[in-house]
Amino acid sequence: EIHIKEPIKKEVNPHLLPGELLLCEASRVYKYVQEDGSNRGTYGKLVCTNFKIAFLDDDSTSDDNEPQFKNKIVGENDITLQCVDQIYGVYDEKKKLLTGQLRKYPEKLIIYCKDLRVFHFCLRYTKEEEVKRIVSGIIHHSQTSKLLKRLFLFSYASAAPNTTDRRDQTVMFDTLEDWRDELERTKGNVKYKAVTTNEGYKVSEKLPLYFVVPICVSEESILKYEGRGIPIWCWSCHNGAALLKMSAFPKEQDDIASQTQKAFLDGIYKTISKPPYELLKTDDLSSSLPSLQDIQTAYTRFKQLFLIDNSTDFWATDVKWFSLLESTNWLEIIRRVLKKAIEVAECLERQHTNVLLIEESATDLCCVISSLVQVMMDSYSRTKSGFQSLIQKEWVIGGHSFLDRCNHLHKSDKEEAPVFLLLLNCVWQLVQQYPPAFEFTETYLTVLSDSLYVPIFSTFFFNSQHQKDANTSGESLKTQSGPFRFLTVWDWSVQFDPKAQAFLNNPLYAEKPKPDKSQRKTARFKHQRQLSLPLTQTKSSTKRGFFREETDHLIKNILGKRIGKFIYPSDELPSGFREFYDSWHSKPVDYHGLLLPRIDGPEIKVWAQRYLRWIPEAQLHGGGTIATAAKILDLMEEVQNLQVKMDEEHSQATSGDVHSVPMLRNSARLSSLFPFALLHRQSVKPALPTSTWKDLEDEDDLVKRDDEFVYLSDDML
Amino acid sequence: MASSSTPKYNSLESSSGKRTLKDGTNWEQNEEIPRLPGETRVTDKDVIYMCPFNGPVKGRVYITNYRLYLRSVENDPVVILNVPLGVISRIEKMGGASSRGENSYGLDITCKDMRNLRFALKQEGHSRRDIFEVLTKYAFPQSHNLLFFAFANEEKFSENGWMVYNPMSEYRRQGLPNERWRVTFINEHYGLCDTYPSLLVVPYNATDEDLKKVAAFRSRNRIPVLSWIHPETQAVIMRCSQPLVGMSGKRNKDDERYLDIIREANGQISKLTIYDARPNVNAVANKATGGGYEGEDAYPNAELFFLDIHNIHVMRESLKKLKDIVYPNVEESHWLSSLESTHWLEHIKLVLTGAIQVADKVSSGRSSVLVHCSDGWDRTAQLTSLAMLMLDSYYRTIEGFEVLVQKEWISFGHKFASRIGHGDKNHADADRSPIFLQFVDCVWQMSKQFPTAFEFNEQFLITILDHLYSCRFGTFLYNSEFLREKEKVTEKTLSLWSLINSEKSKYTNPFYTKELNRALYPVASMRHLELWVNYYIRWNPRIRQQQPNPVEQRYMELLALRDDYIRRLEELQITNNSKISNSSASSASPSQMMSQVQTHF
Repeated sequence: EIHIKEPIKKEVNPHLLPGELLLCEASRVYKYVQEDGSNRGTYGKLVCTNFKIAFLDDDSTSDDNEPQFKNKIVGENDITLQCVDQIYGVYDEKKKLLTGQLRKYPEKLIIYCKDLRVFHFCLRYTKEEEVKRIVSGIIHHSQTSKLLKRLFLFSYASAAPNTTDRRDQTVMFDTLEDWRDELERTKGNVKYKAVTTNEGYKVSEKLPLYFVVPICVSEESILKYEGRGIPIWCWSCHNGAALLKMSAFPKEQDDIASQTQKAFLDGIYKTISKPPYELLKTDDLSSSLPSLQDIQTAYTRFKQLFLIDNSTDFWATDVKWFSLLESTNWLEIIRRVLKKAIEVAECLERQHTNVLLIEESATDLCCVISSLVQVMMDSYSRTKSGFQSLIQKEWVIGGHSFLDRCNHLHKSDKEEAPVFLLLLNCVWQLVQQYPPAFEFTETYLTVLSDSLYVPIFSTFFFNSQHQKDANTSGESLKTQSGPFRFLTVWDWSVQFDPKAQAFLNNPLYAEKPKPDKSQRKTARFKHQRQLSLPLTQTKSSTKRGFFREETDHLIKNILGKRIGKFIYPSDELPSGFREFYDSWHSKPVDYHGLLLPRIDGPEIKVWAQRYLRWIPEAQLHGGGTIATAAKILDLMEEVQNLQVKMDEEHSQATSGDVHSVPMLRNSARLSSLFPFALLHRQSVKPALPTSTWKDLEDEDDLVKRDDEFVYLSDDML
Repeated sequence: MASSSTPKYNSLESSSGKRTLKDGTNWEQNEEIPRLPGETRVTDKDVIYMCPFNGPVKGRVYITNYRLYLRSVENDPVVILNVPLGVISRIEKMGGASSRGENSYGLDITCKDMRNLRFALKQEGHSRRDIFEVLTKYAFPQSHNLLFFAFANEEKFSENGWMVYNPMSEYRRQGLPNERWRVTFINEHYGLCDTYPSLLVVPYNATDEDLKKVAAFRSRNRIPVLSWIHPETQAVIMRCSQPLVGMSGKRNKDDERYLDIIREANGQISKLTIYDARPNVNAVANKATGGGYEGEDAYPNAELFFLDIHNIHVMRESLKKLKDIVYPNVEESHWLSSLESTHWLEHIKLVLTGAIQVADKVSSGRSSVLVHCSDGWDRTAQLTSLAMLMLDSYYRTIEGFEVLVQKEWISFGHKFASRIGHGDKNHADADRSPIFLQFVDCVWQMSKQFPTAFEFNEQFLITILDHLYSCRFGTFLYNSEFLREKEKVTEKTLSLWSLINSEKSKYTNPFYTKELNRALYPVASMRHLELWVNYYIRWNPRIRQQQPNPVEQRYMELLALRDDYIRRLEELQITNNSKISNSSASSASPSQMMSQVQTHF
């Protein structure tokens, strides 16, 4: 039963951002506390704005224990409209998905969020009128399709012009200069060039304004098929081999047209597989990796496992946890993607061949694979600014359709697929396998994934650079003060104050020994590990792949052995791969060199921080990786203090106590959910499974046996 | 123990003189193989080691009275196998004299530590018969009327592990005896119960005569005795075996009264909680063989709960299935459902859940707890020791854990000899079961969930498991204290704790944070339980985790840096105080020192 606390009569007003408008509200809403199965909770006001749904606690206006880690934009009880995943209504204890118009209003509202939070609001004590308004308001604003211009992004940008001057080192790749620098950094400028052909988007609206192609590719070819069939440069390896991507031709009905396209492609292949270019391997990702549909289905099932209503739910799913996990297929997809990235790395690194990734638009799986390969092979991509630059290069400017893939506008479910999340999940595997190799933490990845749903940054709210440009330069967008500019997510100070930002930096990161400044920018990332690898002859497999039979034949004739494909059935791998993988793993890890993920079954894990962070049953009081992380932070602080002391001593300043006591974080008391779920009450009771043991079907005779079959006492019989 | 088929740890070639190997063995100069004092060479032979990871390896195998040692002759770097004979569970001949296939004639050795070894031999002479006989003889000394190697071991250690556990001082540490609990010597000569230790703690209000009467009603005379007392609530954890209720539902007034005395001893009026570790049906079935459980009518002041932990046979089968999916190759596809189908982690979950319930009852429920299964030496030992580990931070130290194992497992008669089959050739013996391994796995799960709560590291647990089988130490030999005393184990053998305590730093967790009086409850959810890869899949070079752990290493570097700062600061202050103001040349500037450990703040 609910024990009703009389709400304190006090007007609580939502904290509104510039451009944020209050749309509707309801008071005396009862929010259940997540911590236990009881009906405990608090009264408050539920509001809906053009930015978020927020619950305003009636009596917590003066919360004096400010959490160590707080998002300045999205509070604990705020749900941005884009973060809402599903809304359920409860009618007579039955859950019903709420979508469009409602005839009857529910007693309870359950909101499942894309960042895996679950909110339960009881509306029984709210006035009927307010219930109607708030429920239909929330559903309308969060679940129905809207126009791009109605995104909060625009109201915010016009109300709060971006005046921050970015001193951050993230390369945005929106200028020709950025691309040239990248070419220079990777020593790709000998064979590749940045082109301006797409200025004014005259080639294609899907391509970025500037991009990089092989020097031998002409402007006419680029223009011919709107950029299709053109190898676009992603990155160059230290040995000169390059990672390229290409947008494929759609299946053509017209025979003549397809003949011309073939001829065009053959010409391109011929040009770019001649010296000085390396041998070329192509990989059609649409046939060698799961489809976007598969990825979407897998993730939908997977996330469902973490959207837990209550304790009973938690323990009921615990019994069959591993098979439930497996049936989602999500971890298997991660494994396959990582495996593909290793294959590509092997071609580049060991076989010294160029790799051309092919996909219909070259903006989905191409982005995943090319980003992962760079994270694995280029230690710059493992720094914070390097990783951010990579996301800019491959995803934001690269033209990943964030708007459609995240379905931010609720336009079409069919386009939705968590492609970017897939990348973050894969990178997380690497972060947890090789903690010292990354400048950022898993918390960084988690908040980055959360930022996908915060519509004050333009980063994840456009489908392409063109779309963003088109919507920024429009006449309707004028601000009173200065130019109209969006915020970028990379300005972390918008969301977190410096204290909280510290959680994004990895204290274990083994910074690269700094070479002198002149070399720094163009530093080469030699992978010590590969220098000793056995060299085997490149074997090009021509079994099956992207090209249709006849083309295959044709290409073989024209180009001989210079083009190969490497699409392997998932279980069969060429010995080269295994050898490469095993040989790398048998040597000590160089955290600044090549990094290969371990991909055997037991090594692929669930990203516990992201997926379990709001589930009270899963929390470990005083445990989890945060316990060691906090100890490391404490020690670093102590070392820093000592350093200050030393400097004082050197300068003969006044000396205090030698053994300064470091500020203790009391790490043992932090919960494993830290820094996320802020559970207000720490339960002393251990979590006890309530699920029952299932039968050991096939072992019945064993189960029934006694430990040792001995009659205990004869006189008993 | 460090047998390894990958090159990375085997750079044993270049050095000279005496060295100490990873397992503590000394290696004298001019010797072909490492030997322990007291270890003697028996035979050696050219073989082909059929490495499941790297293919056939030509090498020479040396057999001593303690180990099987193989060194490759052609591989670079050298492949080494270093296997104590104690881990061998079964030796089989493969192929016959007429076998044709390449490398199809030889020996197949099944080990207790999750691996198999195959050697191919030449089909000439009696080469296989000889080596088979030698191996069988020294791997199964008990079946050949020979002594365990532990009795021949002449190692010397700076610490004496036999001194670690003294029951009297352990009970004193717990504040016992006190006005409600007394120490009894009734079992001094193991007359009351031959599988119990000589020293027992029982309620003050129960006389030795009472105990004898109770013993008649408890399976194998294993009466309820105290394992642990809560320093604040005075609630206790008691352990025993099942009551001999039988089909007829027999009752025993003395037992009933004894349980009531226990209930009253903590000064609370609440009921006594009895945890029967077994599934309900098994407890019922036990009545047919004279056993059973405490019925409601006979024990109105007790509450009985079943913890649904399965028997030793189920556990054995489960581990067997686990081995199937991880050795030699890790199941490629459907890893998770394969893992689930072994039920291994489910069993771990149930054991932990049971222990949490026991611990929670004692610490917050303020009621005393009685734990038993059938005989009270398998599941009962798991539950009491894990609950004690959760409640008492002392047991989370290196010495405390040694005391815990020594007390709850070794002294209370967990049948190590039968469960492990030390030196016994009957590999299919139904008495064998990985109960202690399962307990250590539970401890590992806890240490994984609470990485700062335990003084010991993973290596400590793995070392314990390695020597559970090795027979190099007397610690785990025999089934009971009574038998160990008879065999004079403490006089004639060394304790495993001597090895460990002589080199504690190797087994110390740098993140350990001492915290007194904090109950540590793991979360017994599949979301947190993981397969202990570094133990179960450690022979697979593809899976092996980075050693040393990079996070740990980083922390150690920082610790060293801190100590260095403190030392230099002290020096500086002395220098400054003595007014020699010219800064000394010996101390580097702080910023220079910082750059040695590239850590960014």
